[in-house]
Amino acid sequence: MAIDLTTPRAAAAQPPVAARPARGPVHWVREHLIQILGLGALFYMFLPIFVVFAFSFNSPVGRTNYTWSKFSLNAWLHPCDPEGMCESLGLSLKIGVVATIGAATLGTLIAFALARHRFRGRSATNLLIFMPMATPEVVMGSSLLTLFLNLTVIPLGPITITIAHVMFCVSYVVVTVKARIAGLDPRLEQAAMDLYADESTAFWKITFPLVLPGIVAGALLAFSLSFDDLIVTNFNSGSYVTFPMYVLGSSQRGTPVQVNVVGTAMFAVALVFVIGGQIIRRRRMVV
Amino acid sequence: MTAPTQNEVGRDLRLTGVTKRFGDFVAVDDLSLTVPRGSFFALLGPSGCGKTTTLRMVAGLEEPTKGHIAIGHEDITWSKPYKRPVNTVFQSYALFPHLDIYENVAFGLRRRGVKDVKKQVEDMLDLVELTGYARRKPAQLSGGQQQRVAVARALINRPEVLLLDEPLGALDLKLRRQMQLELKRIQTEVGITFIHVTHDQEEAMTMADTIAVMNGGRIEQMGAPADLYENPMTTFVANFLGQSNLLTGKITGRAGDDTLIDINGNRVALPTSRVHAGSDMAHVGVRPEKMQISISEDEAVPAGHNSLDGVIIDASFIGVSTQYLVKLPWGQEIAVFAQNVRRDDRLVDGARVSVHWDPSHAFALDAAQAADAGVELDEEAALPDPVAT
Amino acid sequence: MASPSDLVPGLDELTDEVSGTKSGRLRSRKTPYLLLAPGMLWLALFFVVPMIFLLSQSLQTGNLDDGYTLTFRFANYADAASGYGAIFIRSFVWALVATVLALVIAYPLAYLIAFKSGRWKNVLLVLVIAPFFTSFIIRTLAWTFILSDDGAVVRFLNWSHINDVLTFLQLTSDQRVLATPLAVIAGLTYNFLPFMILPLFASLDRIDPRFLEAAQDLYSAPFTAFRKITWPLSLPGVVAGTLLTFIPAAGDYVNAQLLGNPSTRMIGSVISAKFLSTGDLPAAAALSFTLMVTIVILVSVYVRRAGTEELV
Repeated sequence: MAIDLTTPRAAAAQPPVAARPARGPVHWVREHLIQILGLGALFYMFLPIFVVFAFSFNSPVGRTNYTWSKFSLNAWLHPCDPEGMCESLGLSLKIGVVATIGAATLGTLIAFALARHRFRGRSATNLLIFMPMATPEVVMGSSLLTLFLNLTVIPLGPITITIAHVMFCVSYVVVTVKARIAGLDPRLEQAAMDLYADESTAFWKITFPLVLPGIVAGALLAFSLSFDDLIVTNFNSGSYVTFPMYVLGSSQRGTPVQVNVVGTAMFAVALVFVIGGQIIRRRRMVV
Repeated sequence: MTAPTQNEVGRDLRLTGVTKRFGDFVAVDDLSLTVPRGSFFALLGPSGCGKTTTLRMVAGLEEPTKGHIAIGHEDITWSKPYKRPVNTVFQSYALFPHLDIYENVAFGLRRRGVKDVKKQVEDMLDLVELTGYARRKPAQLSGGQQQRVAVARALINRPEVLLLDEPLGALDLKLRRQMQLELKRIQTEVGITFIHVTHDQEEAMTMADTIAVMNGGRIEQMGAPADLYENPMTTFVANFLGQSNLLTGKITGRAGDDTLIDINGNRVALPTSRVHAGSDMAHVGVRPEKMQISISEDEAVPAGHNSLDGVIIDASFIGVSTQYLVKLPWGQEIAVFAQNVRRDDRLVDGARVSVHWDPSHAFALDAAQAADAGVELDEEAALPDPVAT
Repeated sequence: MASPSDLVPGLDELTDEVSGTKSGRLRSRKTPYLLLAPGMLWLALFFVVPMIFLLSQSLQTGNLDDGYTLTFRFANYADAASGYGAIFIRSFVWALVATVLALVIAYPLAYLIAFKSGRWKNVLLVLVIAPFFTSFIIRTLAWTFILSDDGAVVRFLNWSHINDVLTFLQLTSDQRVLATPLAVIAGLTYNFLPFMILPLFASLDRIDPRFLEAAQDLYSAPFTAFRKITWPLSLPGVVAGTLLTFIPAAGDYVNAQLLGNPSTRMIGSVISAKFLSTGDLPAAAALSFTLMVTIVILVSVYVRRAGTEELV
């Protein structure tokens, strides 16, 4: 049955056109709910950082740095004024570097063992590595203190702090590096051997350079965990003071403005590292 | 790794009784073959047939459970991969992502202590038509380009045997065809023995001088592509290479050089040299393109041709040819491919036809073998293997 | 005839590994043990052994002046339970609240970055990760300003009478937020937010957005698609994130110290004080060990189905 489209009657009997749904502010909010909530969370995360940054330019009246009085660059120009702060900073940095090297080394070795080999006791190993991540710092710190108190051989101080830091950082390095190794094509090492590289050469020329970004990421993670650690350090530091301990201690007396300077500087350095890492990754185009 | 001596420029590769077992699973079962030097040899078979495992044993990346592998008189069965004059082009190319193309290609040379690699690398890049890409990274290249780099990286070392593990699998059809011709050209130019592993029978037939069809860890048949295609000796080979119509019948006797077979009351003859049946029951095989089709009424079957009557149940116009599905009186359906030279409009669904062929185009296989061996696997093989890396 | 490779997906990879892929030769059996030894020894010496010492310490009697002797005084544990049971419960409850809050806050952000960020994905990731590397104690101190008594936040809460509701719930008091339970919980939530966001993001990022398209194609409204597809697939991230938040939160004392008052002490504060101030080591050790065991039990029940491979 042919439809005659030429008659006017046919043209008049067109199907109804659906109306475009009304758009209003409520609708907009519903559509963008995720974005609003998400960015709200991000703002919530950054609020203290803004405050820290802003108050590093404060010149406080009295000891506490909680109310704004006037703008001043004093803290930035004299960052080491507060007594003991820069010493604690130096101690934290030194411990951080040593602990990072230790944890990165031990952790990388373990990661290779887990990722590339079969051996008995795998579950037990996984469990032992998981445990420090699943233990509250209070328990780890206090148990280590008990150990050191009984083994009077090692005095409480930088050495004990470093030992503790290596201990709880290893697990994080293992997780990071293991993920990186797992993502590596095993055929690459085989290809290298096919091309006249023996096992050792194949490892150092092919596998290691490709795993290195993971090791670096693990090391950075270890450093920040070590530098920022308070509870475990507090238990095992004896009379020494690391930077977080300094801040905690000073919070009762009134934190100096320079603390905010350090906080801002830390954030800036972290930002540089993270952005730098992104740029390097894109530049190298490592698959 | 010993370089070829003066009088043996390129040596034969020989596998003797090679078996590979993974626990209870036998991947390669007592395999013996000789690859003549300078030939383009294909290991063809469906996924899981053991062809890749065999290749890896030649490369040194797997150890055989039993048997020996030798190049010339040199037994390399237990040599490490970096001590063999053998190089591999991997299925996923395995290009080193952190090195640029130049360093990837130069890798093997550097490991062998060659000081000045520049000229050789440039020549090799020219050979695979990637001049100017030397400083790019693998991730910046297309699949086809990566594949060529993989070939260059292996070839530059002038191995005695070049192994290719399904190197064209990840490429699209057009590119694959191009690369097939490229590889063949390179092999002819360079003269090195190529061993090419693939599940694509068209690819094997296009490129190889000799094909070994593998199934379940064993070689079903080995020979030149045309021989395998025209005169298969097992149902697997008949179905895996191209398509075959298999008609089961009973051998009734001889007539001169021919053997006579009775297929459900129809008498069929074929040269005895093309009969590979052990007992008196045989599958008579005729390839669809060898069959001709005409309206029964016309009685146009030439003298000497075998013929069967049937009814067309499907006629598909493909362009180049028309593919008919003909149902025989006992229910079996056979395929007939007719080139579209002269179209007969009467050949439509329901038409009564005579399907006939030249007896010398048929082959007979042992009826004890499954008539559908190698059929489904061929379809599967056309799909990319989801398990492979 | 199907081959084993067809029947068992991954068989080829498995057999590769079993036969020793690297060079086709089995590596020296000793290699993994050599690689593991240094790290595992370190963990054994400085994690496991201290636990044993802690256990032993918890069964001793004595004090700073007279020293301690191992008397197997199990009563230490009874004392711990009776004296500090309430604080234990408070710590776990607050840690739980903080964990749930962190999940609620982190999930939209993680979802946003995973699915709706387009070109901004890397920027947002940088912004989420960077604060993680900044001193947490300094950031926590900043909250003392933000939540200060005459600050904008508190004034708003009072003006809108939300603070009255909070006081009724015993979360705040005296028109203040600082030095109240609310501040401590808020601090805990804030501190561990990155630990919640990153695993969530990692899990969500793995979900193919085409699953959601398929769900919509099959007549599922957006929220149903979330409930039936996104949420279940993101569960591994949720589990990881909640663990990484709850466990440290339960034992924390820094937030309680900076943002709370003596009546908002958490179990961590008690343990710390007993160890470092009063020197009541046996009691402190008993408390510490109890905390440890409780958490281990809670975690094992929670993670019953995940194998250890997935956790590490």
